[in-house]
Amino acid sequence: MTRIAQLFERLRAENRTGMIAYLTAGDPNPESTAGFVASMERAGADLIELGVPFSDPIADGPVIQQAGDRAIKAGTNLARVLAIAAEIRQTSQIPLLLFTYLNPALRYGFERLAKDAKAAGIDGCLLTDVSVEEAGEYVKVMRDAGLDTVFLAAPTSTDARLKLVAEYSSGFIYLVSRTGITGEQDNISSSAMPLVDRMRAITKLPLAMGFGISTPAHVASLAGKVEAVVVGSAIVRQIHSDSSKLEGFLRDLCGPLAGPAA
Amino acid sequence: MISTQPDAGGHFGPYGGRYVPEVLMSPLEELQNVYAEARLDPAFHAELDHLLKTYAGRPTPLYFAKRLSAQLGGAKIYIKREDLLHTGAHKINNCLGQALLARRMGKKRIIAETGAGQHGVATATVCALFGLDCTVYMGEEDMRRQRLNVFRMRLLGATVVPVTSGSRTLKDAISEAMRDWVTNVSHTHYLLGSALGAHPYPAMVRDFHRVIGQEAREQILEAEGRLPDVAIACVGGGSNAIGLFHPFIEDDGVRLIGVEAGGSGAELGLHAARFSGGSPGVLQGTRSYLLQDEDGQIALTHSVSAGLDYASVGPEHAWLHDLGRAEYRSCGDDQAIAAAVTLSRTEGIIPALESAHAVAEAIRIAPEHPGEIFIVNLSGRGDKDIDIYRENLKEMDQA
Repeated sequence: MTRIAQLFERLRAENRTGMIAYLTAGDPNPESTAGFVASMERAGADLIELGVPFSDPIADGPVIQQAGDRAIKAGTNLARVLAIAAEIRQTSQIPLLLFTYLNPALRYGFERLAKDAKAAGIDGCLLTDVSVEEAGEYVKVMRDAGLDTVFLAAPTSTDARLKLVAEYSSGFIYLVSRTGITGEQDNISSSAMPLVDRMRAITKLPLAMGFGISTPAHVASLAGKVEAVVVGSAIVRQIHSDSSKLEGFLRDLCGPLAGPAA
Repeated sequence: MISTQPDAGGHFGPYGGRYVPEVLMSPLEELQNVYAEARLDPAFHAELDHLLKTYAGRPTPLYFAKRLSAQLGGAKIYIKREDLLHTGAHKINNCLGQALLARRMGKKRIIAETGAGQHGVATATVCALFGLDCTVYMGEEDMRRQRLNVFRMRLLGATVVPVTSGSRTLKDAISEAMRDWVTNVSHTHYLLGSALGAHPYPAMVRDFHRVIGQEAREQILEAEGRLPDVAIACVGGGSNAIGLFHPFIEDDGVRLIGVEAGGSGAELGLHAARFSGGSPGVLQGTRSYLLQDEDGQIALTHSVSAGLDYASVGPEHAWLHDLGRAEYRSCGDDQAIAAAVTLSRTEGIIPALESAHAVAEAIRIAPEHPGEIFIVNLSGRGDKDIDIYRENLKEMDQA
């Protein structure tokens, strides 16, 4: 069982909604990322998405896009992110999900990526621009190495597509709360809950909801409705503006999730 | 025989496909279905043909460049005059087709990217014609070098949004347009301007430009009683080239030559020659040749011509390249400008900088091919580039 599967079993046992925290690895430099991850774990993060910067991130808003530019400029590439993962693994067993685009992974090579990622202590991978139609080889190589493959499901996805997303996903399914790019917003879209219901009718896999979640109120509105919430841009923004307050910032976001065990 | 249609997933051999965030998969399926239906609908073709004829100005002439040919002393050079179309370039062919599809889908808002501004102007034009709301994304750098086209778009009622990310050119404008589409997909059609991006765009955009090659084929048969030996076009995304090439793919005797931007040097970052300097990868929805670094980050590109200044190339060109059915070469900034001067002075035709790359290749090889017939696609006219020509031809610009 992967660390991701174990996490969701534990969350179920604790009757608690998990916190998935994204950061762009290497922003502002590769040396600081493992420290940020440690802060996020202390604040209550249950799973870390390690964003591998890509020069042309079509699914991301300006906050993550600019973080990626900074990270690339600071010398971050996929190999460096795997080294950061290994560094995190020296002191932590928190599940780690690589979060990136296809081209850096293609360039690295799927076989090599699966092997090196596994060795570095990565638990799974999400490539935002890989549709299930194009995912066959990628999924096979990752699964053979014992890595989870997480796919996105969107409010615009047809039921037929949701079925395919469920089939190709392992670990959990990442639900996109709205049509749009990553970034913060005021309200969690009204399209979010119908998507949860449609997905539940298709799969027993845990569901995580992301895109636009940036305040404790957003988190509270999703607690108990999905297995985990994902916070990305708000964390990246906090790291950029004042990383010394990262732990407190994320602790506040985790507040509404504190279950009976906390 | 070479397949001239992609498979069901939009693949041309190993290239093409559909690599986009899940949010866009259903809209792309919708577009594919609506287009498949329209293709079989005679009323759709009748309306498009009528617009192409009465509004855009088709058919365009195939003109024998007698003085240019005589000066070069080799092949007979014919010029396909897409520069004479309404809005000054071939782009209008695709824009009219996609505007009809947007209307079929009931989408009232159109977004587009533009490099040189020709696709932006053509999009703004059809939006005015159809009464559609229009937003065009354009890199800040391209807005600077194509100011006239920025004003044209605004005059036509479009909103032009400057893109300040990355290299501030075509690639970044496409990314920004995709972000808008992801956000507003329910009421917005993305009118992509080249034979690029996720399926069905590469095949659909090509189909709307096939008229270039179809007309040229009939016209050369009428003028010369035979097919050409060579067809030449510039290749940025590759829409004018695939439009010219496609009806000749099964004619083995016709050499197809695509000309990329050689920019100002062979080093990565100084050019947009994807076939000589790139390798396969995935960018903005499709798998094709890319200019990229060893980490898979997309490289910066350069060309004096904004319309050729792009890190990837249409997937069907990648396939034709690998099959050896088409040849791809590059032409530098200086050669393109010199070719523009030559064409202006021998034929009285000022080409767009993009098209000047195709003209330059014809000028280069024509002397080696006496007795042969060349067709050069003059995809656009040079009015939009006058400022750049002035900057590069200072000796002509003295008081």
